[in-house]
Amino acid sequence: MATFIEKLGTVDRRVIFLLMALAVILPLAFRMNLPIPIEQGPSKDLYDAIEALPPGSRVLLSFDYDPSTMPELQPMAVALSQHLMTKDIKIVSMALWPMGVSLGNEALTMVGDSLGREEYVDWVNLGYKTGGGVLIVRMGSNIQTVFPNDYDGNPIADMPVMDGVNKLGDFDMIISLSAGDPGIPAWVMMAGDRFNIPIGGGCTAVSAPQFYPYLGTGQMVGLLGGLKGAADYETMVRLEEDNAAPGTATPGMAAQSVAHLVIMLFIIIGNIAYLSTRQKKGGLR
Amino acid sequence: MNWEVIGIWLGALLSLSLYSFLYKDNPFYKFAEHLFVGMSAGYWVIYTIMNVLVPNWWQNMVPATGGFQPIWVIPGVLGLFMLFRLIPKLSSYSRLSLALIVGTGAGLSMTAMLQTNALAQVHGTIISLGTGGGWFDWVSNIIMVTGVVCGLVYFFFSKPHEGVIGGAANIGITLLMVAFGASFGYTVMARISLLIGQTQFLLFDWLPTMGINL
Repeated sequence: MATFIEKLGTVDRRVIFLLMALAVILPLAFRMNLPIPIEQGPSKDLYDAIEALPPGSRVLLSFDYDPSTMPELQPMAVALSQHLMTKDIKIVSMALWPMGVSLGNEALTMVGDSLGREEYVDWVNLGYKTGGGVLIVRMGSNIQTVFPNDYDGNPIADMPVMDGVNKLGDFDMIISLSAGDPGIPAWVMMAGDRFNIPIGGGCTAVSAPQFYPYLGTGQMVGLLGGLKGAADYETMVRLEEDNAAPGTATPGMAAQSVAHLVIMLFIIIGNIAYLSTRQKKGGLR
Repeated sequence: MNWEVIGIWLGALLSLSLYSFLYKDNPFYKFAEHLFVGMSAGYWVIYTIMNVLVPNWWQNMVPATGGFQPIWVIPGVLGLFMLFRLIPKLSSYSRLSLALIVGTGAGLSMTAMLQTNALAQVHGTIISLGTGGGWFDWVSNIIMVTGVVCGLVYFFFSKPHEGVIGGAANIGITLLMVAFGASFGYTVMARISLLIGQTQFLLFDWLPTMGINL
């Protein structure tokens, strides 16, 4: 006769799916909020690095992701654009991933319109080019040879936002929102280490551990890791700016926390059930 | 009903069809899966032609200002060779294009890779243990150096893992397991984030189209 604990160990996987769905839906539906404490760490380091830039600085923002990673990276794009534009920092954006262009445009247009920033004067989207690392190296010597026109086909030479920007070394910082390759590793290798430009970034949670060594060595000035990084940044920007656009990462963190609790609970129950079954079958070795 | 609402409904119904697989395989899931695969393939073909081939190759070979740039025939031919992989008799031509891609990529990234992922990381590990910003940094530095050394010892197979070497290897594999655990935790967070994003879409974009505002 199986005990209750042993029965839990063989629970139908669909019950687990249902509980996970409820763990995500209920906190979102009831707009549950959990505090997001801001401590010194990779997210705050990126925020501080941008804070240290004087108004009028130029930042290259590369949207290296596609819709499959939007829940994690799009809130970062919005919060970063908000922070940069609020500080009157000029944004030159581009994409190493084709779909990143329109996602970046969406974020920049939304934030730019809400803050009254003007396209071509305060920000521009250069668009997508294939090539990854090769493209970055070429941009290191001359940006106009790679992007003679912006996303809409306008010559970038005539744009005020591009005044004084001829090569990668003219940027004060490069930020890559990266869902894979090409992304942060290409920027660190081909731009950061080669041209000595500060590199910041945001990435999916899956790839965050891969980039932590770059923080330890100073090859990156800061990193937003997954939904948590996005929520951190949204919180920091909202603390600074009362009228900042509401983000989607911060409300998602409550659901994330409840889902993690449910997963931890299942791991504990699963292990207890396993140990109980092993003990019954002949004891632990 | 406008196009935006139709788009939201399509997205919602297809999302629910895909999630229905969690109960069991069914025709709705199959339909959504096949639709996704087919549309993705079609979309990428057109996107690649319009955003890669035309601006990067065609417009350089035949500029709008007039004239013909014959040098751009070379990348065109090499690109065509790649398609020859589909024809068994001619597939060996694709090796020429692949060789160029691999050679260029390796040549370009070899030194950068070594500098970024090896030398800079080794340099970052050579740190003074006794100085820095307080006891936390001191302990962190010791853990990092111990972790690197013991991790390397674990992958040193020329000596049996016994005695001091065995102890160091055990510390190494333990720290590696901790790192894998942290990495798995991040992976869980990423997958849940995707579920959260899609749930937000269903709750706050789709339900309001039916007059349900949460």
